[in-house]
Amino acid sequence: MNIEGHDLSIGYPDRMVGRGLNVALSTGEVLALLGPNGGGKTTLLKTLLGLLKPKAGEVRLGDKPLDSYSIRERARVIAYVPQVHISTFAFTVETVVLMGRTAHGNLFSRPSAQDRAVAQAVLERFGIAALANRPYTMISGGERQLVLLARALAQEPQFIVLDEPTASLDFGNQGKVMNEIRALAKSGHGVLFTTHDPNHALRAADRAYLLRDGARIADGPVATVLNQEQLEALYHATVERLTDSDSGAVAFLPG
Amino acid sequence: MTRSALPGLAIAFAVLIAGLLLAFTVGRYPVSLADLLSVLLAKITGHRADVAPAVESVILQVRGPRIMAAALVGAALAVAGTAFQGLFRNPLVSPDILGASSGAALGAVIGIFFSLGIVAIQAFAFVGGLLAVAAVYVIGSAVRARDPILVLVLTGVVVGALLGAGVGLVKYLADPYNQLPAMTFWLLGSLAAANVSDLLPLFGPVAIGAAVLIALRWRMNVMSLPEEEARSLGVATGPLRVAIVAAATLTTSASVATAGIIGWVGLVVPHLARSLVGPDFARLLPTAAILGGGYLLVIDTLARTVAEVEIPLGILTAVVGTPFFIWLLASMQRTWS
Repeated sequence: MNIEGHDLSIGYPDRMVGRGLNVALSTGEVLALLGPNGGGKTTLLKTLLGLLKPKAGEVRLGDKPLDSYSIRERARVIAYVPQVHISTFAFTVETVVLMGRTAHGNLFSRPSAQDRAVAQAVLERFGIAALANRPYTMISGGERQLVLLARALAQEPQFIVLDEPTASLDFGNQGKVMNEIRALAKSGHGVLFTTHDPNHALRAADRAYLLRDGARIADGPVATVLNQEQLEALYHATVERLTDSDSGAVAFLPG
Repeated sequence: MTRSALPGLAIAFAVLIAGLLLAFTVGRYPVSLADLLSVLLAKITGHRADVAPAVESVILQVRGPRIMAAALVGAALAVAGTAFQGLFRNPLVSPDILGASSGAALGAVIGIFFSLGIVAIQAFAFVGGLLAVAAVYVIGSAVRARDPILVLVLTGVVVGALLGAGVGLVKYLADPYNQLPAMTFWLLGSLAAANVSDLLPLFGPVAIGAAVLIALRWRMNVMSLPEEEARSLGVATGPLRVAIVAAATLTTSASVATAGIIGWVGLVVPHLARSLVGPDFARLLPTAAILGGGYLLVIDTLARTVAEVEIPLGILTAVVGTPFFIWLLASMQRTWS
């Protein structure tokens, strides 16, 4: 299955953000969306999620236009992992994960025994089953990110879209989330994430899409797209390239 | 489900039962517990109770309707407050956030101004509350903005202020000897005039509104997340918001029409309920309803017993509510930052 954006113009009712964008994501692959602040990453993300209507062009999911799906049908195919936030009310971790099952029930239903089994399974997958009864407001930022990932997986989606999944995490948790993103692709999910760190794209993504001022700079396999020249063009800044002499692994430093 | 909801629910029930016993027995005409039980038992079994007729009349005709009204109004305001706090993702919101009370107030003072009967005044208040919230909703939705919730709240504040000016104008024009005291009394809230004929028009809307909210309890959990998150979880936020606002407004308007403006209950009780059973609406809504009923029963009993004259309910709830609110602000800084 694919999510495809064809010749998209994206933006808000009062503001155009980007034009002429073509993006595609298949199940089983990871696509990283990179670009400077205000370049349109989040807007493109929300358009592909169906949270924003494209101003022109079309988003297709499988063989149908995205807007021909109901909100509930959509939530069973695409899950969204927002940036980590503190919720107003102290729901338990289990309740937060169970909210991922909402689209599998009807308007009046409560989570069923099967929903609880799914929630339990995803909590175990991310190694946070012990947190199930803790209030979501009382756990660490890294744990919250894993809880939101677990909630997304509880939707049993084919695609998972993450908005800056590493933004508020410490160094160790950043690596953990990158690994989980790889594991999601291995289990057959299509993953799209935005990041400010090209190294995260190199680590976790198959392909990268570079976006600046609402226009595509480049897209393709990370090994070919993420090079010094493209990154300098993308961020309008100097970039230093490091290579490990043993493994040949590449990393970039700003400045 | 994490910890059991039972202990919290049991405490809420205990408050309600304590409130009921207190309200039936305490007052200018004290009633013993034994008399109360035999009268209630006789009423259920259909036999005659062997107590003085005066006692029976105090229990069934004088205090009974007032107690039912207090429990219903308390439950209604608490449920509406719980719903609005969840919907607006803000624990400091009360049921009149969208102008229901201001609309009802204007309706009632207009009714008093034109010297209408009590039924007409209540109907004016009820319709005024519904119209005010509908107007806020229509205006708020017409303003196209990224944050529909914020626009709705601000519209509610602005429209509420305009309606308040309307209330002020009617009071200014009213006859200061006959009408103004009635208006003032109504605006401060009281159950002194509650009687049997008030119960059905109060119970109907409250039951319908509460039933809708309880049916939507799981979706209300999801609705307390940011808008886009709720939608990405499969919830059609727009229609659901209309349903929740309509249901909560129905219960608020019905209780304001019966009892006048009683602030603070819808703000304080949801917090107490949340601290008893947690934020999951499935257990929070029933707990808030029971606790709200008990809370207002206690307040109303105080209102008619602590002084020679009846103290308006709005004044007592404010005296209790203000320190609570300050405590809430202080403790929120501890846990939510």
